[in-house]
Amino acid sequence: MATSEEGTFYIELCKKPIRFDPVSKATNVFYDDSNKQVFAVRSGGAMGVVVKGPEDKNIISFRIEDRGDVTSIKFSPDKKILAIQRSQKSVEFINFQEDLTTDQLEYSQTCKGRATIIKGFIWTNNSEIVFITDHGIEVYQVNPEKKTLKNLKSLNITVIWYVWMNRPDGGLLLLSTGSQGNSLQPIYFTFGSQNRLPKFEVDLPSFPKQIKQMLQERDVSIAAIYGQLYIVVLRHQPRPGATGAEIVLYQIQANKDSPAKKTNILKLEMSGRFAINIVDNLVFVHHQASKTTVMFDIRLNGESDGYCLANYPVVSPLPIRPFKLLMPSLNLQGQEKTEYNCELYSANWIVFQPDVIIDAKLGCLWYVELKLEVLVNMIPDKCKLIKFLLQRGNSKSVILSVCRHMLLPGQQAPLMVISRVYDMLNKVYKLFLDSEVQALASDIYHRQERTSRCVIIDQSDMYSNVFSIFEDNKDIPYKFRVAVLIEYIRSLSQQDIPVQHYLYELVINILVHNNCFYQLHQFLQYHVLSDSKPLACLMLSLESVYPPAHQLALDMLKRLSTANEEIIEVLLSKQQLLPVLRFIRSVGITDTVSARKFLEAAMNTEDNRVFYTVFKFFEQRNSRLRSNPRFQPGEHCEQYVRHFESLFGTDALAPIPAPT
Amino acid sequence: MLSSSWCFLHQDTEMSAKGNVTLKNFFIFNATYGPKEGEEEKKIMYYYPKNVDIDTKIKQIGLCEAIVQFTGTFSDQPCESLHTQKHRQIILEPEKNFWITITVTVPFTEKTRDGQIYVEYHEEDVQDSVMKAVLKQAYRMFTLFNGSFYHILNNSNGDVFVLQQRLDHFFSRYLLTLRLQQSDILDIYNGIYFLPLDKNTFLQVQCFINILEASFPVIKYTAFLYSDLLVWSGLEQDDMRIMYRYLTTSLFPSYSEQELQAGGAQPSPARTISVPGNSGIHFGKFITGPTNMKDETNLGKIPRVYINTEVDNEDCHLLVYRALNATVCLLLNSSITLNFELCKKLDAFLGPKLSALASEVGEQYSKRPQNSAEQQFKYIYFNHMNLAQKTTVHADLRKSVGVGLPQDILQVLSDVSTDLTKNNRDGETIVRTLSDCWVVGKKSDQREVLIVLNQKNSNLVEITEEVKRLCSTNFSNIFFLE
Repeated sequence: MATSEEGTFYIELCKKPIRFDPVSKATNVFYDDSNKQVFAVRSGGAMGVVVKGPEDKNIISFRIEDRGDVTSIKFSPDKKILAIQRSQKSVEFINFQEDLTTDQLEYSQTCKGRATIIKGFIWTNNSEIVFITDHGIEVYQVNPEKKTLKNLKSLNITVIWYVWMNRPDGGLLLLSTGSQGNSLQPIYFTFGSQNRLPKFEVDLPSFPKQIKQMLQERDVSIAAIYGQLYIVVLRHQPRPGATGAEIVLYQIQANKDSPAKKTNILKLEMSGRFAINIVDNLVFVHHQASKTTVMFDIRLNGESDGYCLANYPVVSPLPIRPFKLLMPSLNLQGQEKTEYNCELYSANWIVFQPDVIIDAKLGCLWYVELKLEVLVNMIPDKCKLIKFLLQRGNSKSVILSVCRHMLLPGQQAPLMVISRVYDMLNKVYKLFLDSEVQALASDIYHRQERTSRCVIIDQSDMYSNVFSIFEDNKDIPYKFRVAVLIEYIRSLSQQDIPVQHYLYELVINILVHNNCFYQLHQFLQYHVLSDSKPLACLMLSLESVYPPAHQLALDMLKRLSTANEEIIEVLLSKQQLLPVLRFIRSVGITDTVSARKFLEAAMNTEDNRVFYTVFKFFEQRNSRLRSNPRFQPGEHCEQYVRHFESLFGTDALAPIPAPT
Repeated sequence: MLSSSWCFLHQDTEMSAKGNVTLKNFFIFNATYGPKEGEEEKKIMYYYPKNVDIDTKIKQIGLCEAIVQFTGTFSDQPCESLHTQKHRQIILEPEKNFWITITVTVPFTEKTRDGQIYVEYHEEDVQDSVMKAVLKQAYRMFTLFNGSFYHILNNSNGDVFVLQQRLDHFFSRYLLTLRLQQSDILDIYNGIYFLPLDKNTFLQVQCFINILEASFPVIKYTAFLYSDLLVWSGLEQDDMRIMYRYLTTSLFPSYSEQELQAGGAQPSPARTISVPGNSGIHFGKFITGPTNMKDETNLGKIPRVYINTEVDNEDCHLLVYRALNATVCLLLNSSITLNFELCKKLDAFLGPKLSALASEVGEQYSKRPQNSAEQQFKYIYFNHMNLAQKTTVHADLRKSVGVGLPQDILQVLSDVSTDLTKNNRDGETIVRTLSDCWVVGKKSDQREVLIVLNQKNSNLVEITEEVKRLCSTNFSNIFFLE
């Protein structure tokens, strides 16, 4: 359990930040969010460039000639070509070998047109680079062997600024155009082709007697949330008189002909400087003035006005957990290090998508992390909590822990809540099972993609992680235990999910231990507990404490229709010889059963009439099968023939027909 | 011939009214209360009819006591019935030393032979097994509302007068509701009609009850019925059996009657409840308890019942609530005082939920296969294990519409059943009546089925085949030996 102080922080910076040389007069720092690499360029590269990626192994270090201040530096996705921009007119390239060494030889590409200024560039695949200029975009094919570039395509459009988001299959480029910069042109790059999506306008707040403010680059970002692409726009003052800022989400439509649609408005209820991160499909909004962060889940608590959903923070704004960094001590000599409290929400922070915070002065790159365990105590509404957790990436153990706690005395949730929670879990479980079935029918590639998304809580998870507390915690009243299990079984059957036997067994054991046989009887009567041989055997074992269990077991075996052997055994064990003979006759297996078993049971009844009847029954069978009433040696019935003779005499045996 | 039933033939001089089975007397005595001569009166706990002079009462009780004593010397089983030409007396000792006796008249017809009128008594028209069932039921019904005789005595420090008062209070009214003529095989079975439901709907009912009981811990037991059919019982079988009897033959019919008088054909008008956040209409109403949720002064009548499910003679309040056709019976711990506030909370909880559930169950209920009206056969099924019974003989469960079989066949059914039960073995009895009707009784484990076939000019083989066919179509999912 977290201590009270620890319990209040659910957002953390990763424990091990990526460290790099802090920004200084000599050192410039760049971050490439496509490759998630941070570049520390010392003295224009002459003193070295150090590149660090998310994994410590990938440190790349090299030197480049100092040919002026670097304004942008990015590797191609396969890290074989480095592109460097130092001027507004051209971009230089350096090839890298597999072992990350370089021949230092640069080649260059200038943009088209004299007055054109390169605003920036993006790698759209390993050998394709796009220059974004004030006049539009230029797509080039890079040929590293020949050290040349070839212009593939150009697009003329006045660009004020741009935003780029890298995607596994390419990426989305968003161009700001128009006099207010609020006319946005999305272009989707994928496998060497460019899809111009419909342009759309972001509505800017209008204030009387004021010029409309431009839409600023810093207020726009692209985010992937729940598998959908969104343009995230921060509106500082949405309406005249409104105090709180809000974030508007424009969803890129799957249909390429429809413009992005305004779908959600996140109500910040604060104003000032904001920065946005996307973590685990949640929108995190950092607020500098209050030094807090609010979290939004667009699938939770939306209020619809008919056009789009208004979302409110999942929990109240709270600060990020304080971060302590070990730094070489400034005053003392030697290797000693002191703990240094990082300033959170510092003015030096730069936030990158999706989940990166960089403090350039400190030389730290952090990933923002969400602590679900802490959050659990902040959402008292269990239904809301589970709904939230089910959407998270790595929440299985947390969900199971919540479910377990809901059953504990003292923290017990009302049955109604438990019922709704189970319904939520099983709905996801059912979708998963269905997709499994579909995946088996189609290809395997799809399946992996689908299942990686949601958290599945299946029956064995519930059994071994949640219902197991019934074993450990005897204080839970049996009525509650049964109610919980029945609730779970109901939820499963309503989703048409076959219930596993161990759950039935658990219910039965609780009922039996508390002498609730009549309740058990009613469950079986309505087939709440599905028929099976193990269940039938369990019922048979209960006969001594609850006689009707015998009938229930036999009914079940009969319905299973594959349990004739078991029925015979049950009847024989009850010495019900005549019924068992009628039974084998009715199911047509008289010719195949072993006579010995029946004769033995008949002899054990010590009722001579019964023995006689059984004996005669099999004599008749023998006659029918082999035209001879005698038993064959292989049947091992000699003992019973002798017993018959001793009781009734040899004359009583059926005569052997004369051979014809 | 029952070993324990004794036939006395003696001339009865009294002239009784012409006709059918009628109640002659009903009395309860405890022989140990007035063992000395002159104190015989003390033995009488209850005697019906009341206006009989004390000498007759003492004589009747004396006779009964004497027969029991006398026959007791020959057998471990006490004498159960006394047959005379004009009367039939059934004797039962439900609790030690307490004897209940019912005497009914034997039906007769007046006939003329050689110009002379004479009376013919139909002894076979009164069946011991049926009368015994009637008597047992009377006792159980009393204990349902009062607890056992000894329980009453214990609670009143052995004051017999309290017991006498209770008996008088109860039986004076109960006996008037007896319908002896209509008593038949169903009284012997005294079973329960269950509502066939699919698994999911049943689970919904089950979960509804669990949530109800968890939300209101004062509720000790709950039973759920749809129409007159049982869906779930938290009570033990024997308690449910008598409770079911009370609900379906007494409480529900009288409630429906009231509703009809009050509001025409509408069963219960929809109400909107005032609880905020709860949208809408529901159909819930208390059957026992407050009749008007706006009248806080009137808590209505809430019966006390005595249940033996967990401990013997557990005292409970019986609140019955209905929405559409669904009824829940709530047994509340008697240690709490029932107040209007609780009823209001229950109403707010039950009203919407039960209404929704009722329509769900109703949808299934209406889809169930109807018995085709003109079937070649009729049957009654009873399972001793769970008391489940089914009948195509009786048009409705309360027997108010009438029975689809002539009286003599009904009697054969009782006889066949009694016979099957007596020798506790699986088997089959086939009877052909004078009217060429076939009655087949089958018993397998604890199940009994009685089939009446109206196939003229059939033979035994054909009938056996037919029964085999019927069983395989109607009872395929249970273990029913041929």
